[in-house]
Amino acid sequence: MALARAFTDPVHGAQQTFRAVMNALARPGTLQPVDGLAEAPAPLSPVAGAIAVALADYETPLWLDAPLAAAPNVAAWLAFHTGARIITAPPQAAFALVADPAALPDLAGFALGSDIYPDRSTTLILQVADFAANTATSRLRLTGPGIKGHATLAVAGLPADIAERLAANQALFPRGVDLILAGPSAVAALPRTTRVTLVET
Amino acid sequence: MSALATSGTVAASGYNFAYLDEQTKRMIRRAILKAIAIPGYQVPFASREMPMPYGWGTGGVQVTAAILGASDRLKVIDQGADDTTNAVSIRKFFEKTSGVATTTHTAEATIIQTRHRIPEKNLTADQVLVYQVPIPEPLRFLEPRETETRVMHALEDYGLMHVKLYEDIATHGHIATTYAYPVKVEDRYVMDPSPTPKFDNPKMNDCAALQLFGAGREKRIYALPPHTKVVSLDFDDHPFEPTKFDHACALCGATHTYLDEVITDDAGGRMFVCSDTDHCEERRAEGHRGALLGEAPAAIAGAAE
Ligand SMILES: [Zn+2]
Repeated sequence: MALARAFTDPVHGAQQTFRAVMNALARPGTLQPVDGLAEAPAPLSPVAGAIAVALADYETPLWLDAPLAAAPNVAAWLAFHTGARIITAPPQAAFALVADPAALPDLAGFALGSDIYPDRSTTLILQVADFAANTATSRLRLTGPGIKGHATLAVAGLPADIAERLAANQALFPRGVDLILAGPSAVAALPRTTRVTLVET
Repeated sequence: MSALATSGTVAASGYNFAYLDEQTKRMIRRAILKAIAIPGYQVPFASREMPMPYGWGTGGVQVTAAILGASDRLKVIDQGADDTTNAVSIRKFFEKTSGVATTTHTAEATIIQTRHRIPEKNLTADQVLVYQVPIPEPLRFLEPRETETRVMHALEDYGLMHVKLYEDIATHGHIATTYAYPVKVEDRYVMDPSPTPKFDNPKMNDCAALQLFGAGREKRIYALPPHTKVVSLDFDDHPFEPTKFDHACALCGATHTYLDEVITDDAGGRMFVCSDTDHCEERRAEGHRGALLGEAPAAIAGAAE
């Protein structure tokens, strides 16, 4: 495997990817375009790969779900481009990369932070199929900080009980995990503050 | 770290883009993401030495440096003005280290770094407001120990803060705090809005722009996502009242803005003018005229004359 640089322009590529994630977290439910890294080894998606390279480093242990952990190129690519340790214990993860969100583990198994340091929590990066209304498997109604009134988010690939899981996570506030949803060309986010209900279809 | 070390150098200066190295930016960016996810909570970060003294906004500078991109347009204000020493030096720092475009016009800016004011013009969803914060801990003057204030925030134990404000009422007949007036964020965290006048507190509530706060010496970052509920602490019988002015701006006639009293001559002449100089100049350009516009010295009236 050729291990060239990830972003063609590392400084500005990382900045643009971060800014998209920042805007997504600041405005839950909005789609923020991200230029993915085409060279990210499958099953790591180009957008999830870009987010990992932009945000992870030797200070941030990475947890990989089963499909990603089973692909040896993924761990090597992430380790090379980020310097992050790949770990297997979810509570130690600064970031968790999930290629198969339908099999998303229990959110409470990740780091939730403490009452005093709620920031010491895992950020999950979930690869989702897309955000198109016609193929969505979950239609979510969102309220909370970052949202004027309410927002809606259509997502393909999340577990059927995602709203219940996120409600349980939200009830832990200020503790809890934050979710970054990496689609094929954009990112959306569901921070722990967002109250999520399923929209009947 | 080989993959991320290069490029982005600003040719004119030899600095990495926006001065900070990429590892530092990532660390600050992660803190910003946590701050957005936990509105009003102070996220610790490993503040770096900056080529300017603490007190000159090193926390705000680091936040701006971490979010800034090549297509941004930066505005820097100090006490509402773009032309003070602090604002000019920070603006020049980013011009030199990043090459980004700068502006004095609020409406044109994508990032506004501020010390002590929120612009009068409503901010938009396309803007980020970055505050320079000297003391991020609203409970510090009640409890100097960081370990204790952390626990107070964790337990939502804000009784002492209310006692302090109530002592104001007992002493002065009203809440005397006029700067850094504490706010409660989304009914959870009590937050210091930085030393902005309480006049600006209502602008923080339901603001369309993302608001980020950086404290360099105290190594804290906190945030208000857009449209976050921000309520100034008060009591049923003593509700929060933003500062009101008895004067209109002498230059533009505005009656809705925060005013500074300025000395106009050696004989002790004084006038009240908008602290937000861009807003005042824009109003004059639109034809608004204050009572003393014709006689104000150029140093006060500025280029808009
Ligand atoms: Zn004026």
